[in-house]
Amino acid sequence: MGNRAQTAPDPVVQVRDLVVCYGEREILKGIDLEIRRGEVMVVMGGSGSGKSTFLRTLLGLKAPSHGQVEVLGHNIHTADRRTRLALRRQMGVAFQGGALLSSLSVGENVRLPLRAHTRLDENTMRIMTRLKLELVNLAGFEDMMPAELSGGMVKRAAFARAVVMDPKLLFFDEPSAGLDPVTSAELDELILRLRDAMKTTIVVVTHELESAFKIADRISVLGEGRVLMTGSVEAVRNSDDERIQNLLNRRPRDAVLDGDAYLRRLTGTDA
Amino acid sequence: MTRLLYRIGDVTLHTLDQAGRMALMLARSMVAILRPPYDPFSIVRQIHFIGVRSLLVIVVSGLFTGMVLALQFYNTLDRFGSMDMLGSTTALALIRELGPVMAALMVVARAGSAMCAEIGIMRTSEQIDALECMGIDPHRFLIAPKIIAGVLSVPILTSIFDVVGIIGGYLVGVVIFGLSEGAYFDSMAAGVEWNDVAMGLYKSLLFGLVITWIATAKGYFLHLERGGAFGAEGVSRVTTDAVVLSAIAILFGDYLIGAVML
Ligand SMILES: Nc1ncnc2c1ncn2[C@@H]1O[C@H](COP(=O)(O)OP(=O)(O)OP(=O)(O)O)[C@@H](O)[C@H]1O
Ligand SMILES: [Mg+2]
Repeated sequence: MGNRAQTAPDPVVQVRDLVVCYGEREILKGIDLEIRRGEVMVVMGGSGSGKSTFLRTLLGLKAPSHGQVEVLGHNIHTADRRTRLALRRQMGVAFQGGALLSSLSVGENVRLPLRAHTRLDENTMRIMTRLKLELVNLAGFEDMMPAELSGGMVKRAAFARAVVMDPKLLFFDEPSAGLDPVTSAELDELILRLRDAMKTTIVVVTHELESAFKIADRISVLGEGRVLMTGSVEAVRNSDDERIQNLLNRRPRDAVLDGDAYLRRLTGTDA
Repeated sequence: MTRLLYRIGDVTLHTLDQAGRMALMLARSMVAILRPPYDPFSIVRQIHFIGVRSLLVIVVSGLFTGMVLALQFYNTLDRFGSMDMLGSTTALALIRELGPVMAALMVVARAGSAMCAEIGIMRTSEQIDALECMGIDPHRFLIAPKIIAGVLSVPILTSIFDVVGIIGGYLVGVVIFGLSEGAYFDSMAAGVEWNDVAMGLYKSLLFGLVITWIATAKGYFLHLERGGAFGAEGVSRVTTDAVVLSAIAILFGDYLIGAVML
C-alpha cells in the first residue's frame, strides 16, 4: 500500500495551460506542470524568464489571464476566502527579497504565523522561534530589526519564517542567490532534510545550477514563457535542447557575433 | 479627437476603478474594526505615531493661528466698537472651522505622508504579499489599527489646536492690546454653544477617517497605479498624490459639513 503511494504520488500542485500577463505583455504563455507529493521541484530559467511571476501565480497573488492552478485539490484563484485561508495555512513561502515585516524584529517575524494561527503560549512560541532560527544559523539575532541584517541573513530569517508552521508545501524564490557558498550549501541540506523528515513538498525557483542539481528530484526549465522541459536531473543534464544547454553551460545567447555587427549594435547604426 | 476621447475614457475608467477599490478596502477594514479580536498594542503604537509626529507642529501652528485671528478680529471689531466680542469670535472661528481644518492638514503633512510611504514600501517589498501568504488579513493587521488611531487622535489633536489657539488669541487681545481678561473669556463662554463644539468634533472625526483612509489606500494599491508605479519612485509619487488628495478632501468635506449643519 505504502509502496503504491510512492510510485504514484498524487499531484499537490497542478498547473494547466497557464497564461499570465502584465498589462499587454504576456510573460507566461501556456504552462503545464504537475508537482508531486513529497518531491523537490526546481523551476529553473534565466533572469527575467518569469520564474517569480510563475511563483506568484501559484501562490494566488497574481491572477492568470487563462488556465488554472490547483493546490491540494482546490483552484487557488477561484476558491472562497475560507478555503484559500485553509490552503495558505499549509503553505510556507520565502520571497526573493525576504519580505520580512520591517516594523517587527526578526523573532516577531518568525513568530507571526504562530501568533495568527495557533493558541500556543508565549513561551512555547519563543522556543519554536529559537529552534527555527537555529536551523538557519541565526540564533541570537532574535531581537534585531530586519534593517540591521545583511541580505543573506534576511533570506535565512525568511526561510525560518516559512517553515515555522511545518507546512505541507514550501515555496522558495531564489533561496541561495546572494549567499556565501557555505551557507547556501547548508540551506540546500536543510531543504533535503525537510523533504526526508517531514515529507514536505518543496518548490524552489532558482537559476543556480549547482544547488538545483543537488536538491532537485525533478527540474522544470522555463524559457520564452513556456516549459522547455520537465524531468529528472539526469534528463535535463543530457537534454539536447540548445536553449537548455545554453543555460547549463552559461553560454550567452548569441555567442557568435562578429566585431562589426557588435560595433553597429552599440552605436545603433544600421549600416 | 478620437485619441482625446479615448484618453478621457481611460482616465475616467481608471478613476472609477480606483475609487471602487478604495471603497472596498475601507469596507473590509471596517469589518475588521467591528469584529474582534483587536490588537490594542498596535493601535496604541499608531496613536503614538500620529500624536508624536504631529503634536509639536499642532501646538506651534495653533498658537500662531489664534494670534493672527485675534489680530485681524481686533482690527475689524475695533471699527464697530465691539471689542468685547473678540473672545467669542476667535473661539468660534477656531472651534468651528480653523481648528479641524488646520489640525487635519498638519496631520496629513506629518503623519499621513509617512503612513502612505510606509504602506507603499511594504507593497513594493512584497511584505503585504507575505502577510497574505501567511493567511494574515492585511486589512486587519495593517489598515484597521491606523484607521482607529486616526479617528481617535485627530479629534484630540484638534482640541489641542483649539485650546492653544485660544491662548494665542488671549496673548494678542489681552496681553498686547490690553483687553480685560474677563471680557475675553466671558464673551467666549456666552458665545460658544454645544452646537459649535459638535460641529468641530464631527469634522475632526471625519477628517481622521479620511486622512488615514486615503494615505493607506494610496500606498496599498501602489502596484495598481495608472501606468505602473514601482520602487522608490512609485512610493514618492503616491505619497505626493495622497497628500494632495487628502488636502482637497479635507477642504471639500469642511464645506460640505458646514453647508449641511448650518
Ligand atoms: N509588476 C510588474 N509589472 C510589469 N512587468 C513585470 C512586473 N514584474 C515582472 N515583470 C516582468 O515580467 C518578466 C518576468 O519577471 P520575473 O520577476 O518573473 O522574472 P524572474 O525569472 O523571477 O527573474 P529573476 O531571476 O531575475 O528573479 C520580466 O520581464 C519583468 O520585466
Ligand atoms: Mg525572480
